[in-house]
Amino acid sequence: MMKNVIEVRDLVVVRGSREVLPGISLDVAAGVTGLLGPSGCGKTTLMRCLVGAQRVRSGSVEVLGEPAGSPPLRTRVGYVTQAASVYDDLTVVENLAFFARVLGTDPGRVEEAVAEVGLGDQRSQVVGSLSGGQRSRVSLAVALLGAPDVLVLDEPTVGLDPVLRRDLWELFHRIAGAGAAVLVSSHVMDEAERSDRLLLMREGRMIADGSPEQILERTGARDVEQAFLHLVEGQEGAR
Amino acid sequence: MSPRVTLAVAGRVLRQVRRDHRTLAMLMVVPCALISLLWWMFEDLDPQLFDRFGPGLLAMFPFIVMFLVTSVTTLRERSSGTLERLLTMPMGKLDFLLGYALAFGLLAAVQSALAVAVSVGLLGLEVQGPVWLLGVVAVADAVLGTALGLLVSAFATTEFQAVQFMPAFVLPQVLLCGLFVPREAMPSVLEAISDVLPLSYAVDAMQELVGAADTAAVWRDVAVVACFALTALALGAATLRRRTP
Repeated sequence: MMKNVIEVRDLVVVRGSREVLPGISLDVAAGVTGLLGPSGCGKTTLMRCLVGAQRVRSGSVEVLGEPAGSPPLRTRVGYVTQAASVYDDLTVVENLAFFARVLGTDPGRVEEAVAEVGLGDQRSQVVGSLSGGQRSRVSLAVALLGAPDVLVLDEPTVGLDPVLRRDLWELFHRIAGAGAAVLVSSHVMDEAERSDRLLLMREGRMIADGSPEQILERTGARDVEQAFLHLVEGQEGAR
Repeated sequence: MSPRVTLAVAGRVLRQVRRDHRTLAMLMVVPCALISLLWWMFEDLDPQLFDRFGPGLLAMFPFIVMFLVTSVTTLRERSSGTLERLLTMPMGKLDFLLGYALAFGLLAAVQSALAVAVSVGLLGLEVQGPVWLLGVVAVADAVLGTALGLLVSAFATTEFQAVQFMPAFVLPQVLLCGLFVPREAMPSVLEAISDVLPLSYAVDAMQELVGAADTAAVWRDVAVVACFALTALALGAATLRRRTP
């Protein structure tokens, strides 16, 4: 049994008058875990809880045995938001050099991170002049700087071409291969099969949890999209 | 708090400003142009008036400009997600605030050096006190503007709103700072309000410095301005939340 890197218990999050997460529990171990579900199902809110950016109503969130967002975790958890959180008026390298100084990592990591996301040719370009996909890769590179033990990536492959998407998933597996836990969210179901383990989410709840093969076997579906539909229909039939 | 992170933030802010040539040029040229305009306007009327209004203007530039620049840039940090990202990293809230204050304080020092050089060197402003103290007052004003800008950016959700805080927060202070009507000649309610507005002390410091060589009074005013700035920074720190709803 692998040790859990992330442990969430009975987590309740209310935003405005809406209960976005009505009491969710989950465990994430090392490896690449895909968090899949339609837009608005609470993926981003859950991820914000894991990095300590979200105010929670009740429940507990632990990462690497520490409460989420606590000071010891701030260099060990890498987080990429859905919108690229980088400075548009600085170059790729200037952005990374700044965040590297904040993190206190070796400046040599800057060039490595640039190479890892394949932006070597754009390294001296101002981020504002890059394409959307390139900007989100700069944002990803920032999260890789500190060689974190946990990577929380909110829709990192949205809007990228298939070749880049494949390359990034290979990168996620390489990082996980070195012992890290990588949690990747997506609303595109066909990305699911690239994960070691899948969490299917809908309306703030987990509706399935297992390897892609297990989920397909359990539902008897051809692909994850079918499995998702099958699970949703089963859920509604039970109501 | 760590000096490494504070300096990283300050360096990054300065780099962003340096990249933006137009803003940089405006920051440096506009105060010089306005103070020259003031001098020219009074030239035929009564040159003494320049000595009366000039110091007040020198106090206002760093305050107003840094208030505007800071409120817009920090709002951008909040809305682009870079602030949220930094707060998930090992960055103290004070590192962020002091980094900004340091960067804009430095810019203000250069800006004021230019404006003072033009006023004293070209336009014949007569300063009784030490000229370098004008720079100290200007930097204190700039840090005050930065601190207030950081604070109000928490209450704006768009850049339009942030810019509106300038007439709302800054213009009343300009009107009541004693430049147009001496503060003791105002209706007592307004005088009382003027007493609790930081710009009054900033302008007073400049006027003391130019008119009388009483440096003790200048330092007292600078201390008051610094207290306002520190209070605003502390309140600003309270608006930086690692966890948001």
